Parts: sequence; structure tokens; C-alpha cells
Amino acid sequence: MITHKRPRLLLSLTGLLIALVWVFPVYWMVNSAFLPNRTLQSFVPTFVPFGGSLKNFRAVTEDGSFMKALGMSLSIALIVVFACLLFAFLAAVAISRFKFRGRKSFVLAVLLIQMLPAEALFIAQYKMMATLGQLDSVIGVSIIYTAAVVPFTVWMLRGFVAGVPADLEEAAMVDGLSRTQAFLRITFPLLAPGLIASGVYAFLQAWNEFTVALVLLQTEEHHTLPLWLRGFIQASATRETDWGQVMAASTLVAVPIIVFFMIVQGRMTAGLVSGAVKG
Amino acid sequence: MTAATPAQNLAPQAGPSRKRKRTRAPYVLILPAVAVLLVGMAYPTLWQLVTSFKKYGLAQQFGKPAEFVGFNNYLELLRDHSFWGVVGRSLAFCFVTAAVTLVIGFGLALLMKVVSTWSRLALQISMLLAWAMPVVAAMTVWTWLFDRRRGVINYLLDSIPGLHFYRHDWLENPLSFFFVAMVIVVWMSVPFVVFSIYAGLLQIPDEVMEAAAIDGSAGFQRLRLVVLPMIRPVVAIVLLLQVIWDLRVFTQITMLQDAGASGERFDLLGTYIFKIGTGAQDFGTASAASVIVLLITVAVSWWYVRHLLKEDES
Repeated sequence: MITHKRPRLLLSLTGLLIALVWVFPVYWMVNSAFLPNRTLQSFVPTFVPFGGSLKNFRAVTEDGSFMKALGMSLSIALIVVFACLLFAFLAAVAISRFKFRGRKSFVLAVLLIQMLPAEALFIAQYKMMATLGQLDSVIGVSIIYTAAVVPFTVWMLRGFVAGVPADLEEAAMVDGLSRTQAFLRITFPLLAPGLIASGVYAFLQAWNEFTVALVLLQTEEHHTLPLWLRGFIQASATRETDWGQVMAASTLVAVPIIVFFMIVQGRMTAGLVSGAVKG
Repeated sequence: MTAATPAQNLAPQAGPSRKRKRTRAPYVLILPAVAVLLVGMAYPTLWQLVTSFKKYGLAQQFGKPAEFVGFNNYLELLRDHSFWGVVGRSLAFCFVTAAVTLVIGFGLALLMKVVSTWSRLALQISMLLAWAMPVVAAMTVWTWLFDRRRGVINYLLDSIPGLHFYRHDWLENPLSFFFVAMVIVVWMSVPFVVFSIYAGLLQIPDEVMEAAAIDGSAGFQRLRLVVLPMIRPVVAIVLLLQVIWDLRVFTQITMLQDAGASGERFDLLGTYIFKIGTGAQDFGTASAASVIVLLITVAVSWWYVRHLLKEDES
């Protein structure tokens, strides 16, 4: 683009300023997490965590509730990742390698279901799980999450499976490998990036989900991390909030996710706007 | 879901690389996905549809089966002013937030295209960090930023001469409450818009821009006549996704209500249904409201789904 030097510098500085404003909440979370409550209680904020400590983190993790919520979140997320990858991979192979009657309806159903908001289904999902005796259970939540995440994972993996030419597999079979061997040695390694991206996507969804968890996991000891974190804000309605601890808790929940997110960001964007960006 | 029915006579296979045999394989392959979708999505949708025609009252809380009442629940909702208020607020919130997100995102994407590398890098990193924040963590941070007594935002605004924000309560009245909600949702959603539109902008060949410049078209004209038409598909999809996503802000609204006021005037569709369904145990009305939300979502999403379907066929 043709831009003159002076305005360009000015624009660049504006860009930097906006970047700082945008990242500020994330910085503020980490900053406050290190500061003692006494410092945070003043109206004048402390902008740099000098003299900070890990006390808040210790206080937050001390009682067993964090570990319990972490365990809950991890088991649900892992089940969802495993189920999603397996189910979505099989379905992706079906729709990208086979032509069959009902294929179009299946794809349409997948795409439509992906759009359904949890807000419009949670009452029914609650009643269903209550009837099945699966409230407060890892399995109940995992089923709903898997159903919610599988559509997008199918869609994402479809592209990857289609990208591996079937001829490649067949050539390997001509060379004397069995179909399974050909798949494991040729196709599977080529799919690995897609599987990783979809797996991380499923993990993020399950880890961050709030709405369904709120409805299905009603007792405190079965809370996932988002519900556990919400408990802090909720408590603030009745008593003084210890913002240092709330921010330490938020940091604990957010940091692993931010790292994970960086891995899949590109793929997710591409999946959502696929076709529109290619020009 | 016709896909689940077993195959007797399959359509002839096309192309040599497709499966040669008429097999049941594809049906076996989609079976697990179909099964989990039936249990987790299709059944609840169906249950909801049926329940929306039933009457739930006090007697049903003690185990009496609910009776069918036809369209009564819907009619009651449609006659209820507070429901229309919630629908209006939700739609207004969703469209305004999506529009603001798009305008800011578009501006930042353009900015990213013209600035120096260091500035672009800073923007990209900060956008990624904001985007990656889990919703619940983002909500706790923003509640802290807007905190009445010790929030940074009140401090900073109060330090501007002439403004009095000492102990200003942002969550006290509905307009200000939804303004805060909008700020938060925009903060979370802009990064996706920026990255998508920026990717679109990168597709525009430099020669096109240069040619337009030589033709003498000024900055704004170039934007309107050259850039906009070329990235229209991306902008359309991104806007649509924002509208869809901004209809589902249950988490954000719930957590803001935790921190501030929580009356009916502070409800959007999600929290409204939640309160009827879990608080009042009125599953009939809650289901009817949910069905209405489903219809709105499907109507809004239809165009997007069609676009993706075309993508599948190509």
C-alpha cells in the first residue's frame, strides 16, 4: 500500500496504543493476581505488581475445591476430546470418501445442529439428564458436550480427510500393504495436524463451557472450573470480594487455555470462514 | 435423520477413487456421530417441541403429568409484554453489538494492513490474548475493572477533570448494564473479526491497489470501490456469525447479574428462559420460549448454512 512516512508512523503508534488497551484486561488479571488484598482495596490502583507474591495462588488452591473442579474439568474435557475425535473422524471419512444416500441430509443436519444455541436447549437437556439420573455426572455433561462439538469437528476434519488423496492409499496397497496398514502408515500421519487441531478445539470448548454445566452440575463438589470461578463473583454479592484471589483463580483457569489456543487459532479461523477468504 | 436408515440400494458411485463396492461402510462410519447427536441434540429438541404444548403448574411439581394445551403457552408468551421486552432487548443487543464489533474489527484490520511490522505484531499478539481468554475468566476480570469501589475504570474516568465517577455503579440501570455487556462482548469478539478480515485483505493483490492509486482515486474512494467489493464475502460471513454468537450471551449476562442487578429488565432471552425453567419450573412456557429462540437462530443461520453447503459440494 502507498502510504507516506509521517502518517505511517502516526498510524503505527495508534496501533500500538490500541494493542495496549486491548491487552490491558489480560494484564490486569495477572497483575492483580500477585497483589495482596490490602493493596487492591485502595481506590488508587497499583499498576505494576512490585512487592507482589504468590500468596493469592496458594490461598486459592489450598482448600480442595480447585483441585476437585480441575479434576472434573479435565475428565470431562478428555472424554469429550476422545469421543469427538473418534466419532468425527469416522464421519469425516464417510462424507469425504463415500457417496451415499442420505449424505446430503447428514451434512445439512451437522451444519444446522452446529448453529443451535445451548440457551435454547438446556431446559430439555436438564430434564433428560434428570430422568436418566445423570445430573451431577461426568457422563451426562460429556454426552451433551460431545453432541455440541462433534458437528464442527466433523466439518473441520472433512477438509483434512479430503486433502489426502485416496490414490495414495491405493498405491500403498498395490505395494502390498493391507488396507489397515495403508491407512495407518500413509493416511494417518497426514491427518495428524487435523486431528490435533480438532482435538484442541474440542478441549477448549469443553473446558470453557458454562451454560450447560450450570444447568446439569448443581452441587458444588461437581462443579467444573468455570462454575468454580463463577462462585467467587457470586459470593461477592454478599461479602467483600477478595479480588486478588479471584484474579489468581482466573489466571489459573485462563493461562493453560491461552497457550492451547495459540496452537489452533489459525485452523479455527480458516474453518469458520472457509471459502470466503480464498478470494 | 434419513442418514441413519440402512442402505438397500445405493446411488451409483461416482469417480474411480470412490468406493467401488456398494457398501454399508459409510452408514457404519457415521453411526456413532448420529447416535450422540440423536441423544444430545435431537431428543432434547423434540422433547422441547412437545413440552411447549403442555401446561406445567404447581400440580406438576408434585408429580401430576402435564396436560396438552395446544398453542396456549405460545399465545401467553406473545401476549406478555415482558417477553416482547426481552425479545426486543435481545435482538437490539445482538444487532448493535455485532455492528459495533464489525466496524471496530474492520477498522483495526485496515490499520493492521498499513502500519509497520512492530505495530502489527503488537496488535496481533494482544488480539490473540484477548481472544484466547476463557469467557468466565474474562467476565471476572471485567467485573473487577468495572467494580464500583475499586475498579480501574472508575479511577481513570474520575481522574479526568470534570468527570465524577467515584463509586459510580455501572450495573445499576439497564442501559448502562447492557452497555457494559456490549463493551465486554465487543472486546471478546473483535479479534476474530480482525483476523478474518485481515486475511481477506491480504488476498487483494498490491497491483490492484496501485492501479487504483494511479487512476487517482483517493483513500476513501479506493476503500469503497476496490477494497470493499473484494472482501465482501468475508465481511458478510463474519457479520452473520457475530449476529448468531451475540444472540447467545447467557454466560456474560448471568455473570454480570451475579455482580450487579438481576431483575427482569436486565434479562436477555437466555437468562429469561433459564429463570422460567429452573426457577419457576414452568417447563411448558420455557420450552415455548426456547422454540422461539431456535426458530430465530435457524432463520438467522440459514444463509450461513447454505453457504457452507455450497462449499461442501464444490
